Amino acid sequence: MDISQVTHHPPSLPPTPLVRIRNLHFRRGERVIFAGVDLDIQRGRITAIMGPSGTGKTTLLQLISGQLRPTAGTLLVDGQPIHGLSRQALYALRTRIGMLFQSGALLTDLTVFENVAFPIREHGRLPESVLRKLVLMKLEAVGLRGAADLMPNALSGGMARRVALARAIALDPMMILYDEPFTGQDPISLGVLVSLIRQLNDASGLTSIVVSHDVNEVFSIADDVYLLAEGRVISHGTPAQLTADPSPWVQQFVAGLPDGPVHFHYPAPPLAADFLGK
Amino acid sequence: MINRFIHLGHAGLSTIASLGRASLLLFAIIAGGLTLFIRPRLLIAQLFNIGVLSLLIVAVSGLFVGMVLGLQGFTILSQFGAAQSLGVMVAASLVRELGPVVTALLVAGRAGSALTAEIGLMKSTEQLAALELMAVDPIQRILTPRFFAGVLAMPLLAALFSAVGIMGGYLVGVGLLGVDDGAFWSQMQDKIDFYDDIINGVIKSIVFGWVVTWIALFNGYDAIPTAAGVSRATTRGVVTAALAVLGLDFILTALMFG
Repeated sequence: MDISQVTHHPPSLPPTPLVRIRNLHFRRGERVIFAGVDLDIQRGRITAIMGPSGTGKTTLLQLISGQLRPTAGTLLVDGQPIHGLSRQALYALRTRIGMLFQSGALLTDLTVFENVAFPIREHGRLPESVLRKLVLMKLEAVGLRGAADLMPNALSGGMARRVALARAIALDPMMILYDEPFTGQDPISLGVLVSLIRQLNDASGLTSIVVSHDVNEVFSIADDVYLLAEGRVISHGTPAQLTADPSPWVQQFVAGLPDGPVHFHYPAPPLAADFLGK
Repeated sequence: MINRFIHLGHAGLSTIASLGRASLLLFAIIAGGLTLFIRPRLLIAQLFNIGVLSLLIVAVSGLFVGMVLGLQGFTILSQFGAAQSLGVMVAASLVRELGPVVTALLVAGRAGSALTAEIGLMKSTEQLAALELMAVDPIQRILTPRFFAGVLAMPLLAALFSAVGIMGGYLVGVGLLGVDDGAFWSQMQDKIDFYDDIINGVIKSIVFGWVVTWIALFNGYDAIPTAAGVSRATTRGVVTAALAVLGLDFILTALMFG
């Protein structure tokens, strides 16, 4: 057979989204966080959830991972209603989900190697020699094989996040949730993290959800973007579509304008009333 | 006036809710106990942290408390011509009361505060949430081994406190004040009852171990995940544990010896 006739097709993606959210409502006490969010996370893509601080982006990740329970609405992860699962089924699903926390959340009494080995040891019985190779491969993927014996307190913020990323991919998950991965990073760490998220997603066939408000970094890697504000999705599309969206909400967020539909000032009585004590 | 009642009502409800959460946590901790049979290394590591690392403070405190008992006991007993009974007095005081109670207070201060701060910091740095997301139950993995280590370590530490305390009393009474060596030990052997004194002391220290570790773990797990929240939880943990130990000591003493 002539090898030039062999054409490689990308694997056909199943039509159902990996995460399907419909009419999601959530409140903390009296404060409404979500008031009817509809959202689909497509398989194999990087989906960004964006919005100003305090719009509930991290809360959405906690809802998707089953840490919080919605007030109303449906939330399916890989076809399973995550909030209706038994604890055992929820844990089984979680072994297929990795999460990168904003702080890294490394276990501080374990070395870098042991942190990455932790989920593998907890959920499998691999011979030590195989486990060592596997962990070193994961660390190599994030460029930190040489830091395997360091303790977390000897790592910079960017390194800690990369170790946490190696831990998140330790069990070869189907999906990774990134909670503000770019916050507080120097330009070099930022560049490394941005390219790592894209590379890992493409090389391992993952689905990634990135929660962030760093427009430039997110737009450079995301396939889909959802923009949240005031408890709802106010815009959705590719980065190019969002950039072209004429909505003042979207333009204020994308261009980083200090005032607009999202006010610079927190709601307050008139300045004169405060100064004059009226 | 009405505001005071409202405030009182809120405080009462908050305390009851707290007790409810603490009870649920205790239930979850105990339900996870089977893990320790599968992975005893988790328990051994915590026995080292809570037990072995408390040895020095417990032994040194026991020595001084025993020496003070020897000194005070000799002064009082010699007024009644009963100085030869010093061994009984020192041993009974230590085995029945001071051993379990002072050890519990020392463990609450050294290991209990460390447990609360550790769990509180793990919560504030999202380590507990990370475990949950890795499909590892943080209560079973982190809290259960610490709880059972506290319950096991306390009677052992209390026994050490009492043994070292008796040696302290011996050093002062026999070594310095001239109490008869044979009378010191033989009267102790004769009057201290294995069940009434020693076993009751052991029961007390197991109860104290249970309560001190439970309070420490609950305060860490329930802490507001900020620096100030963890600090407040640590202080509250030590104060609550100390008061609980002293209160329970009275109840247990009344039940055992009353």
